[in-house]
Amino acid sequence: MEDVVSTIIRALALGSPLLWAALGEIYAERSGVVNLGVEGMMILGAFLAFAVAQTTGNPALGLVAAAGIGGAAALLHAAMAITLRANQYVSGLALTMLGLGLSAVLGRRWEGLPLLNSLPEISSLTYAGLLLAMALWFILYHTSWGVALRSAGEAPAAADALGVNVSLVRYLAVVFGGAMAGVAGGFLSVAYRPSWTEGMTAGLGWIAIAIAIFAAWDPLRAVAGAFFFGALFHLSFRLQTWVAPEPLQMMPFAFTILALALTTQRGRRRQGAPEALGIPYVRGER
Amino acid sequence: MSRIGPFEITRRAAPPLTWVLGVSVAAIAVALLLVAVIFWSYGVGPVRAFSVITRGTLLSGRALPEIGRNAIPLLLAGVGLVLAFRAQFWNIGAEGQILAGATAATGIALFLPFSMPAPWVLPAMFLAGFVGGALWGLLPTVLRLRLSVNEVITTLMMNYVAIYLVSWLVHGPWKGPEMRGFAFTNSFPPAAVIPVIAGTRVHWPTLAIGLLLAAGSAVLLSRTKLGFEIRVQGENPDAARYAGIDPARTTLLVMLLAGGAAGLAGVGEVAGIHRRLLDPNQISLGFGYAAIIVAWLARGSPLATIVTALFLGVVFAAGDVMRVGLQMPARVTDVVNGLILFCLIGSERLLYYRVRWMPARARPSPAAVGAVGAEGSARGTSGGEA
Amino acid sequence: MSVPPAFLTLRNITKAFPGVVANDRVTLEMHAGEVHALLGENGAGKTTLMNILYGIYQPDAGEILVRGQPSRIRSPRDAIALGIGMVPQHFLLVRRHTVAENVALGLPGAGALFPVRKVSPRISELGERYGLVVDPNAHVWELSVSEQQRVEILKALLRGAQILVLDEPTSVLTPQEARGLFAVLRRMKEEGHAVIFITHKLDEVMEVADRVTVLRRGRVVGTVPIAQADVRTLARMMVGRDVEFRRSKSGLPSEEEALSIADLWARGDRGLVALKGVSFGVRRGEILGIAGVAGNGQRELVEVITGLRPATSGRVRALGRDVTNRSARAVHEAGVAHIPEERVRMGIVVGMSVGENLVLNRYRYPPFSRGPLLDQQAVARFAERMIAEYEIVTPGAHAPARHLSGGNIQRLILAREFSGSPGLIVAAHPTFGLDVSATEQIQTLLLRRGAEGAGVLLVSEDLEEVLALSDRIAVFFEGQVVGIVDAAGADRERIGLMMAGQAA
Repeated sequence: MEDVVSTIIRALALGSPLLWAALGEIYAERSGVVNLGVEGMMILGAFLAFAVAQTTGNPALGLVAAAGIGGAAALLHAAMAITLRANQYVSGLALTMLGLGLSAVLGRRWEGLPLLNSLPEISSLTYAGLLLAMALWFILYHTSWGVALRSAGEAPAAADALGVNVSLVRYLAVVFGGAMAGVAGGFLSVAYRPSWTEGMTAGLGWIAIAIAIFAAWDPLRAVAGAFFFGALFHLSFRLQTWVAPEPLQMMPFAFTILALALTTQRGRRRQGAPEALGIPYVRGER
Repeated sequence: MSRIGPFEITRRAAPPLTWVLGVSVAAIAVALLLVAVIFWSYGVGPVRAFSVITRGTLLSGRALPEIGRNAIPLLLAGVGLVLAFRAQFWNIGAEGQILAGATAATGIALFLPFSMPAPWVLPAMFLAGFVGGALWGLLPTVLRLRLSVNEVITTLMMNYVAIYLVSWLVHGPWKGPEMRGFAFTNSFPPAAVIPVIAGTRVHWPTLAIGLLLAAGSAVLLSRTKLGFEIRVQGENPDAARYAGIDPARTTLLVMLLAGGAAGLAGVGEVAGIHRRLLDPNQISLGFGYAAIIVAWLARGSPLATIVTALFLGVVFAAGDVMRVGLQMPARVTDVVNGLILFCLIGSERLLYYRVRWMPARARPSPAAVGAVGAEGSARGTSGGEA
Repeated sequence: MSVPPAFLTLRNITKAFPGVVANDRVTLEMHAGEVHALLGENGAGKTTLMNILYGIYQPDAGEILVRGQPSRIRSPRDAIALGIGMVPQHFLLVRRHTVAENVALGLPGAGALFPVRKVSPRISELGERYGLVVDPNAHVWELSVSEQQRVEILKALLRGAQILVLDEPTSVLTPQEARGLFAVLRRMKEEGHAVIFITHKLDEVMEVADRVTVLRRGRVVGTVPIAQADVRTLARMMVGRDVEFRRSKSGLPSEEEALSIADLWARGDRGLVALKGVSFGVRRGEILGIAGVAGNGQRELVEVITGLRPATSGRVRALGRDVTNRSARAVHEAGVAHIPEERVRMGIVVGMSVGENLVLNRYRYPPFSRGPLLDQQAVARFAERMIAEYEIVTPGAHAPARHLSGGNIQRLILAREFSGSPGLIVAAHPTFGLDVSATEQIQTLLLRRGAEGAGVLLVSEDLEEVLALSDRIAVFFEGQVVGIVDAAGADRERIGLMMAGQAA
């Protein structure tokens, strides 16, 4: 019985970074900007959170730093995507490359070090994630910010014509998304694992993006998706006693493809992607 | 038209080639400057670092072929991506397609239930590699065409699936008994090894295939009906529908070619370099992702990929030097690649502006009055009444 | 009593785009309680001027005075703050959001929490005051076009707009709906608003405006009080010469059928039924015009005929062949030419050359192809011939189509579509947004093809054009043919009623 409870707790725990990152991506995409750099922002967050926690002995400070670097990385993407109107897919991929590379280079001297003070209560971030999901849902649907955010992603010209600063809204949403991804990464290195190894996010960032899609860009649905995949990852660790690890590790990624295939088909009529997703907005151009 | 100080900035639709080259070179220079900052923060003097790298790659007779060796998979995967991107299919899965090709070739080299005449083995491996890569790209393509599933995510997921698949093979069923616990397959028999230029790691048959593929793709795009369809489909899907071009057919063909080309790159890596299947991170050092830069830098031209693949080959060769000569992590190539890509796409806007020195006094009067082409008002064009 | 300063003054506004001077020293004055019509053809610079007033574009020269104060309008936000509201021709609404959400967007008084709850009662209140009734909780995509227009007006009024700009507001309305709109405008006038009414329709100017300013080729031709204006003078001011209201048609339709539609049903983009049992025929040598307010199934009809949209039931026969649910390619091969509605979005590929665009749907046949190969020289030869024949203004066959103007894009499309000697021509809005000379050339080409024996299906929102070119007119309403009338001696009022769904 105790075993079952601890299994569920660990599954929920691994679902939390997915939830945080997915919530951030949902906000970015709702504003009209795709950010494929989640993996890069997460790994930067993981690295810096560990480095700061190791140096100061304060893991909470590490998470703040993780949010900061995630937001800074996202700011770079926002500048590319919004101001320079660069291809958002390519910019996101560049961010992922840069994040993975930079964290490996700068993080080398932290590799394998112990963390004396890890976050004691893993579940606190899980609860925080749940509360955040509800808060973000409320903001999205019942506040004037939410209306502005969704309008920027659906019909930026309409928002602009009413005096909404579309660029600003998009910048804020993308940077917020980056900060969320940073915290998600920091959670891995100062709480869940607690240690730093290069490439430790191992594709979680990409799964977070997929969750945003098949949650139909809804914060509350993202909760279910994140914990489902958290459970799947945890299951793949648990079953390694009996089965070779590699097919199990493959499972979440194969499941993502399956989930996308299943939900896209049904979701198309119900609620599709924000209509201006991935399209830069320029006043006076249609 | 706008002004910054004495400079007048005007927009233009088609930048001349020299300007494209100039802006690209400037972007890469800025990227290298940023790389210098990273070196410095890592505790390596940038001047020393760049001199070690230059000596270790461009100025070393022995190391020069390493550029070519790295350029081969980049060229093959890059040409494939040029085709895919021209058709507006965002294939981020070249990495997985490389691994799939490598796996398929290994299957022919080591695990055929019958013996094949020696001269047939390499052609069969290349064929298998092509098919393997093409099949790996097929699932995301079908999902996109049938269910409109975003291919960026699915091709990427297929990379992870391929990584764990290869990893499982070399740790499990295909683990070589001769390898004493290492996660390798057995070494390939001599007939399954691609010949190299003596004294180097340049497996020239793969290189020749890559060059042929680049030339063939250029002809395909400019001189054939299929190429015409690919271009229409990529530039304007609505016009393609209007013209009766079947989007499923073009996308499928393009992705078979793109996946197949990446698969060939995988064959080259296992049969030309490593001579066995091994850990996925050692088979491909991120060639599949770097190929995106190769394709982007080539700006849609298959022939230009020959140059851009060589350039990225330098980056990878430099990565080896940094790892060995400067004791930096292998991932440092990702930093360089990421920065180059950022600077390239960041500079893209610049291409469409012409900056001219024009002090305010020398400015011509704003409007040639009466020269009103009152037609700037088709549906969907900007300007005029739009 | 001293004369108050004009509500709004535009003085010497000039704005140039590459190759086009859209506004050339335009001067305009507006007073409170006035409906001021801005009359001009497509391309005359009306919309550019209003985009400058609303902060979308910045003028190159000139000044704007609001209540006598010089004002710089850098963005729509500035315009709103100055009490300027805009109802654009293509509505700027978030289709997936509700009416209340659209109105609350960016509204200062809406508050941070539950903006919809605060805005809804105000929508109802204003709606009653001005006769703009609309359900605040409905989603925009559920609304009819005229209801969407009401939402745009409400958005402006709720932001305290004193000056309201309406850009071609009646182009999407039936004559009856237009009359409803005019009643709203008069109501606003009584409440002290100033209304700028942009149009190219003379009778509407006469009906609703107090004063009219005529623009031609970016310049003000003159401003006249409506009491001193008549249709013929205004038309001459607008076009620059006397206008022929009727074009002569020649040739008699043959008995041979070019197109026959029988009980055709199809769905629109949102899965709703868009065509409900449409039946009619077009004979060779005949021009059949489709009249109707946009969004009543015309687009779907064209797409079903040309193989771009499946029919759920019914039959389409073109030139003696059954082409129901055949591919676009098969329909083209049957001899059907298609001049698409959105010529830039669908009719050309801007990144490819003029020559390649001229063979966009013929590249696969000889002489342009041999086996799998494309003969670029044959393409170039053909293109040079077409450029000369159709007077396409371009540096040459290898120039990118990106640089073509609207009229030249349409000439290119016509050259391509007519070169195959089609037996049926499906033309959707062939002159929309073109200047006078391009419009005349294209109308002449269509008439000539009709006279030479092709059947022409002409879809246009411009009732004048339909009346001028067609032999018969089929009126569409909500996916059905309300009636088919002979163009000769057709009564516009009757067609207007039919467009509103009243069978004649």
